[in-house]
Amino acid sequence: MNRVAENLLHTKLDHAAIRSDFPILARQARHGKNLIYLDNAATTLKPRQVLDAVYDHYAYGASNIHRGVHYLSEEATRLYEGARETVRDFINARETKEIIFTSGTTFAINLVAKSWGRKNISAGDEIVITHMEHHANIVPWQMLREETGCILNIAPINDRGELDMAALESLITPRTKLVSVVYTSNSLGTINPVRDIIRLAKKHGSAVLLDAAQTVAHTKVDVQNLDCDFLVFSGHKLFATSGVGVLYGKRAILEGMPPFMGGGDMIKSVTFEKTTYADLPARLEAGTPAIGGAIGLAAAIGYVRNIGFDSIAAQEKDLLTYATGLVSDIPGLRIIGTAAEKAAILSFIVDGVHPHDMGSLLDAEGVAVRAGHHCTQPLMTRFKIPATTRASFSFYNTRADVDALVAAIKKAIEVFA
Amino acid sequence: MSTQDLYQQVIIEHHKKPRNFRKIDSPTHQAEGFNPLCGDHLWVYMNVNAAGAIDDISFEGDGCAISKASASMMTQNVKGKTVDEAKAIFHDFHRMVLGQLNPEKDVHVLGRLTIFSGIWKYPARVKCAALAWHTMNGALSNEATISTE
Repeated sequence: MNRVAENLLHTKLDHAAIRSDFPILARQARHGKNLIYLDNAATTLKPRQVLDAVYDHYAYGASNIHRGVHYLSEEATRLYEGARETVRDFINARETKEIIFTSGTTFAINLVAKSWGRKNISAGDEIVITHMEHHANIVPWQMLREETGCILNIAPINDRGELDMAALESLITPRTKLVSVVYTSNSLGTINPVRDIIRLAKKHGSAVLLDAAQTVAHTKVDVQNLDCDFLVFSGHKLFATSGVGVLYGKRAILEGMPPFMGGGDMIKSVTFEKTTYADLPARLEAGTPAIGGAIGLAAAIGYVRNIGFDSIAAQEKDLLTYATGLVSDIPGLRIIGTAAEKAAILSFIVDGVHPHDMGSLLDAEGVAVRAGHHCTQPLMTRFKIPATTRASFSFYNTRADVDALVAAIKKAIEVFA
Repeated sequence: MSTQDLYQQVIIEHHKKPRNFRKIDSPTHQAEGFNPLCGDHLWVYMNVNAAGAIDDISFEGDGCAISKASASMMTQNVKGKTVDEAKAIFHDFHRMVLGQLNPEKDVHVLGRLTIFSGIWKYPARVKCAALAWHTMNGALSNEATISTE
């Protein structure tokens, strides 16, 4: 039985058709090896449908939005605002005014820190994050701490990489103004119990920000059902291009936020004496945005919905279970991140083989993974390791990709034997 | 150069049994080197005598095979040489790992260190090979901490 057929036994996905949507999967990597792309937590691949949408905008649309009275500008505006509606529907926000396009997750968190944070956080106020945050959800709050004198509390994790919920609960007090947590850990794959976290935060009147960068490509997110105050993600981890991302915020909260950047498109009127700001969402989107990026993001959302999160989740679960089983049999290999609720991310270290050497030796076999601290240095310190090698899966990956990974790991270990 | 060549037997061997892998008590020169990107972290210790010769050089720390093997071979290479000679080797090594010096064509003082000649094709790994050398150069320039990022 060939690999594709074997996959069909495990999931409902038509792998041959899906893989043919991604032109990059036909290319070769180092030394002419077939590309085995297992770096999806860094960025996902882009299907033809997304690339075509972006290409069409720049080839035939091209115009700037919101200002031209000409035909092409009106068309570009319609597509850009249509993308906002697609995003709204995708995460089930109440209204499009709650969807702010940003350059990505990092910009979105910084926007919240520098606009909402500066207005609402003062000396002695507390912000709670976790030990598994990406630097993008650590550094902006440290900068805010420098500015305001607020306190940053870190919720600990256990050896499996799960949040210590009892400790988190004790850290959230009436002084807590914000709980900012990663939904799915990029280094460990841990899926945090965000519903419970939100409930604890609400009990004390704290706002909640969810970093959903590693979540939105893998599972359905419903911001109304979650009742989070902010949710952020990047387009490029959702099969769209880099340079576009999303800040969701509840309307009442966004309306209270002063603009963070001044410029074109975010004003009602400007005189040298006084400027009146535009309404949401334009008020928080100064300057020409990533128009093609937003159009591509809408196409990516359409693509994902067409496949369906049930099929995506089933395939990714199968890959994680299959990969975890195979690598667990490799002597000297230790998986970092063994949470009960886990996304298809496999971080590991091997005795005697530094993660960077492992990364280079996997690359020699055409297997693209990430080696490093994954922008989570405090987490590496927690596990007393300098780095990990990380394989991260998406629905277009197959069991054959896992087999290639496992063979390459074994070969790398032989080099160092 | 294939990746297998990146991990030639000599490099694996130096990684497993690094030479001069120890601390020198009260050295005349020392520095700490970081590669924040990778987490490679090492210390270089040196004893330089009045005549400007490197009587002893050693290193400690942790890192990938490339960084450790490079440090090990560096200590072997510069031990007994003068500071000026060591700096000349550093200069050539630095140019070689950046692809600016081709040891097959250009004049150089690298000796066996040309084993690292192909690393410029792996930009993510250049800093691994160069870390010990930058740290030694820093020690000789009386810089306490060297970061390659």
